[in-house]
Amino acid sequence: MSQKVLLNAKEVQIALHRLACQLIENHDTFSNTVFIGIQPRGVFLAERIKTLLETEYKIKNIELGYLDITFYRDDFRRSDKTLEANRTKINFIVEDKKVVFIDDVLYTGRSIRAALTAIQSFGRPSEIELLTFIDRRFSRHLPIQPDYRGRQVDAINNEKVKVCWQDNDGEDTVYLIKN
Amino acid sequence: MSELSVNHLLGIKYITEADIHLIFETADHFKEVINRSIKKVPSLRDITIANLFFENSTRTRLSFELAEKRLSADVINFSASSSSVAKGETLIDTVNNILSMKVDMVVMRHPNPGAGVFLSKHINASIINAGDGAHEHPTQALLDCYSIRERLGDVAGKNVVIVGDILHSRVALSNIFALQKLGANVKVCGPKTLLPKFISSLGVEVETNLTKALQWCDVANMLRVQNERMDISYFPTTREYTQQFGLNKAMLDSLDKEIVVMHPGPINRGVEITSDVADSKQAIILDQVQNGVAIRMAVLYLLASKIKKNED
Repeated sequence: MSQKVLLNAKEVQIALHRLACQLIENHDTFSNTVFIGIQPRGVFLAERIKTLLETEYKIKNIELGYLDITFYRDDFRRSDKTLEANRTKINFIVEDKKVVFIDDVLYTGRSIRAALTAIQSFGRPSEIELLTFIDRRFSRHLPIQPDYRGRQVDAINNEKVKVCWQDNDGEDTVYLIKN
Repeated sequence: MSELSVNHLLGIKYITEADIHLIFETADHFKEVINRSIKKVPSLRDITIANLFFENSTRTRLSFELAEKRLSADVINFSASSSSVAKGETLIDTVNNILSMKVDMVVMRHPNPGAGVFLSKHINASIINAGDGAHEHPTQALLDCYSIRERLGDVAGKNVVIVGDILHSRVALSNIFALQKLGANVKVCGPKTLLPKFISSLGVEVETNLTKALQWCDVANMLRVQNERMDISYFPTTREYTQQFGLNKAMLDSLDKEIVVMHPGPINRGVEITSDVADSKQAIILDQVQNGVAIRMAVLYLLASKIKKNED
């Protein structure tokens, strides 16, 4: 197994700032916008962007929820292991809101497909956007594209992209791991 | 651990403490699901489940059926009174006929102890025991322990007394196994005629004085007097039973602590428990019912995930 650094801490920081600015362009005061971090690893990115918007851009009171998609996945009974769920926490109304899904890596698009189904259990958003830190282009199984992306990456199927966050993993780095 | 150690849920006796914790953690997620505006997930959409009830049931059957539907499974229902069992068909024949219709899981209640175990050895489907005679009722014990965990934070170290008809109760036996696996201390309390002879061999203490048992416990699980299983008289009159083993508000108020009161239902109001106790805030009887759906969803989900796609 070998690994290569795709983005270092400084590049991660620049990308986060750019994503925050792009969100402000489209959502202005965020008065009708809510963030949904996709469990498990999208929540770290969602927390980071929310904090960045609050501290650097003085945008307060952005609603942030966590959505677990385990029970909506299309590979139940197809993998060797039981799919383990994570906590869903959405303490606000999504009906008629602009929802921004936030996830770390967009790969096949199947997780986002599941998230689109799952969010309907909470109401009917007026629109849904997708923010992803790493967009693995050319590996999509479904017609799903991000509205905001940190970095586009060309990775082949036996390679893995891992996004590490300071709060959880002790460093801000994106790795390309080859088996 | 992320997988159950068993392919069937036949009794608490056959599962591990880790299995119980996995079921509880999964049930936490389903409890959140059933409080959403749309209470349904698509996980089991390619699974067909047969509910075979060879004995009467209201809440267990409804709870299982609701859990199955919340998971998007296809459900068929069968009750013995309206079936060919009355015409003399054997259990295996009945079940095999149903399975030939491509059923993946069977939820079964049967009057004979061990019916679930017997079936699991002869047919190719995942079996969930929804009560077999006076043997086990595992999902009831799981939801009881889950409700204790929800109210008191943990089951380990808690003192739980099971009061009433222990002899005829599958709920009592499954509860004893589950509580002990989770580290609780268990006492049983009831008339001597309704306590099994060798009950202490399970490691539970026997107490025939209800007041003493209540002073000792954190949780009192009041069982129903199962008149339908009593072929002889086990106590002189219902009134005498109530005087010695019925729980009333005055007894609860006389304790120096606030205990949790449980009942698996259906309640004989005024016999094992008075109405004011059943409706008090110390009683978690309706929480038990709601948790029953989440627990059964967790059990169905975890067992279904062990039926691999390529085995279809």
